[in-house]
Amino acid sequence: MLDDVDRRLLRLWQADPTMPVAELAERAQLSPSRCARRLERMQADNVLLGIEAVIDWTALGYAVEVSLRVTLDKTQSRAFEEFIQAAREVPEVLEIQTFLGRVDVRLSVIARDMAQYQQIYRDRILTLPHIADIEALMHISRIKSDEMLPI
Amino acid sequence: MIELDEIDRKLLQALARDAGQGTAVLGRRFGLSQPATWRRIRRLEQAGVIQARRLRLNAEALGFGVTVFLGVKLARKGQISLEDFERAVSAIPEVQTVEHVLGLYDYRLRVVARDLADFERVLRRRIMALPGAGDLEANVLLSEERRPGPIG
Repeated sequence: MLDDVDRRLLRLWQADPTMPVAELAERAQLSPSRCARRLERMQADNVLLGIEAVIDWTALGYAVEVSLRVTLDKTQSRAFEEFIQAAREVPEVLEIQTFLGRVDVRLSVIARDMAQYQQIYRDRILTLPHIADIEALMHISRIKSDEMLPI
Repeated sequence: MIELDEIDRKLLQALARDAGQGTAVLGRRFGLSQPATWRRIRRLEQAGVIQARRLRLNAEALGFGVTVFLGVKLARKGQISLEDFERAVSAIPEVQTVEHVLGLYDYRLRVVARDLADFERVLRRRIMALPGAGDLEANVLLSEERRPGPIG
């Protein structure tokens, strides 16, 4: 179980994951070794999963991002598995999410420009299995993206 | 625009999976010295390719059992300021991401909550109280998978 000190550590570190552990310990008013022990325990308990670098695809020339909301043909019993498996084979697909609601699956797709997007959409997306309907949301800007948890 | 070579791409992929590993460990994997690894990462950061580091937490273990994606349509477009809406929605702690989109909805929000009852509270008290919020569509996240993307 997590106590208040654990939560404080996660809150502080979440706000700045580049912070060295020594500084984190100081801000949480812990000795570096006690801080490290707590982090290790939270890692072992699968609470703290790691640190990841967030890639800005626009800096690599991918100017287009589209959110595709897909409804699947649920009369096919393996529709979800087969669709997701095939979607994994498309390199431009960044995210695959499944939902309870009006949307079954959502794909986040990037492309260098609209011409390339159109090509990916026609050749790789529309050919995915069991699609009943598909809706596109074009991405304009990201206002908030830190994905922090309100711990 | 920045040109990436094979090693840059591998480095980027490795960091997207685990940015907690040291430059010495990474360098050994790709046959680079520690300073050379450090210089390559620094270059990726300066070019904005690595835009941030993010702590990966197990939301469920921290008591957040529900993630909902909300499509929000603005009511009375033209009469409300997008900046006001964006500022207000970004200030809600349970709202993890805010994306401005074009299509069926104007904004796409990722909202985290303890359970569905908690989500209802956030929805009614915070989201529906936003200036200009109109039609909403909620989809509860069941599973999520991030892919490496077109590197390499």
